[in-house]
Amino acid sequence: MLRLYAGAARMSILDQLQYRTANYLYMIGMIAEPVIYLVVWSTVADSEGGTVGGYSAGALAAYYIVWTLVRNMNIVLTPYAWEWRIKDGQLSGELLKPIHPIHRDLGGFAGWKIVTILYWLPIAAILVWLFPPAFSTDTFSVLAFVVALWGGFLVRFMLLWALGLVTFWTTRVGAIFDVFFTVELLASGRLVPLSLMPPWAQAAADWLPFQWAFQFPIETLIGRLSRAEILRGLGMQAFWTLVGVGILTLVWPMAVKRYSAVGG
Amino acid sequence: MSIFRLAAAHWRVNALNELQYRVNLVVQLFQSLIALATGLIGLSLVFRQTDDLAGWSRPELLAVMGVHLLMGGIIQAVVQPNMQRLMGDVQNGLFDYSLVKPVDAQALSSVRELRIWQVVDVLVGAAVLAVAVVQLDARVGVGQALWFVVALVLGALSIYSFWLILTTGVFWIIRIENIVELFQGVYQAGRWPVGIYPPWLRGGLTFLVPVAFAVTVPSEAMTGRLTPQTMALAFGVAVGLMAVARGVWRLGVRRYGGASA
Repeated sequence: MLRLYAGAARMSILDQLQYRTANYLYMIGMIAEPVIYLVVWSTVADSEGGTVGGYSAGALAAYYIVWTLVRNMNIVLTPYAWEWRIKDGQLSGELLKPIHPIHRDLGGFAGWKIVTILYWLPIAAILVWLFPPAFSTDTFSVLAFVVALWGGFLVRFMLLWALGLVTFWTTRVGAIFDVFFTVELLASGRLVPLSLMPPWAQAAADWLPFQWAFQFPIETLIGRLSRAEILRGLGMQAFWTLVGVGILTLVWPMAVKRYSAVGG
Repeated sequence: MSIFRLAAAHWRVNALNELQYRVNLVVQLFQSLIALATGLIGLSLVFRQTDDLAGWSRPELLAVMGVHLLMGGIIQAVVQPNMQRLMGDVQNGLFDYSLVKPVDAQALSSVRELRIWQVVDVLVGAAVLAVAVVQLDARVGVGQALWFVVALVLGALSIYSFWLILTTGVFWIIRIENIVELFQGVYQAGRWPVGIYPPWLRGGLTFLVPVAFAVTVPSEAMTGRLTPQTMALAFGVAVGLMAVARGVWRLGVRRYGGASA
């Protein structure tokens, strides 16, 4: 099993290293979003006497710079991919293999993430220069961040893989996915840190998995969480990953049963 | 044949084609409403914490959002689809056929496509703008509305020219599809008035990517902030970009080798 993961990861690393320009254009296009949020909220912090929701301009800069790494780590198999996997019968081949197809996806995406981190470093350096961040980080939070970063990747990977299986039942999936991604945008800390949301929205977000894949790793690194909070967060990541595994174990056999290949 | 009749003929065929797929209207409506809701939530989160953002009040920022949606709809309906088709045509050699037509190839390449359902975004943007204007206590007169339309047209021409310059890059570098995502990312910056950005970024959003002239200047016209100097600058930038786009286009076409060459 480990050799399968290593193989899938190595293949995607070699694959992605070929497309440096494409990867960079993509990443630079993505930088626009956090820079806009950062500028808007820094402006608000300035006009409100330096801080907003407990964030100073420097802390906001730190938040949105780490944001760019976590966002890139959060990109996993889009649920839309299932549409063409099913449509062109590609899945038939996967199903014939003796190993569950999720393992190859997981290994492949994990490999790509290693390339992503390498590409991200120069971008981060430029952002740090343009928007001086304020970190209050110690060794423990850096180490915990390494774990939380990959934990967040795992949570989102499992959830989106499970969500993609909806495609087996209906072909009009766009609306479902749109709603899912909008809720995620609001409840993950991607649009704004959750502490800037009204209390009822924060309470609602606590019942959802999204912040553990997004805001939690960010706040771990910038040093806004206590040790107890970090340990609890890692626990929540494990919990939601297991929920994803549970859903998959239940739904996958049913999905495969419904599947009839097209053009296979 | 005048370019307007040519455009009208192409758009009619495109519209008739897309009108067959009515469900797409519902899909587009749904997506526009989600985008609107997200924008409104973002705005209300900001105004939970403060009363004015760099001198812009809440209804004024609502007006900016309306113009941003409206202009985004225009870009998605007529500018971007034509530019994407042009990129594809140059890549696989179909551009040969545009060159042998008796009309100007740049004009032809700019009017062939129309995504009719994107008009929903234009309408939603106009509605948001109308609500904002009502909230602004009828400070808007006929004169302002007129300047708004002029600023909007100039902004659209600037964005079109900018897009054409980017697309013309395809004559030199073949694979530039990712530019679409780059542009859409940067266009998001226009949701807020460019005045809030740090100087280096404001400069980029004004002269490099003319988002300022596409969104902020028309919004200024509507909220009574427009100065004659800004209007003159918008005019100059639109004319300048169109001239540059024309020049780059000529150079690009000269480089084009054709599919069978």
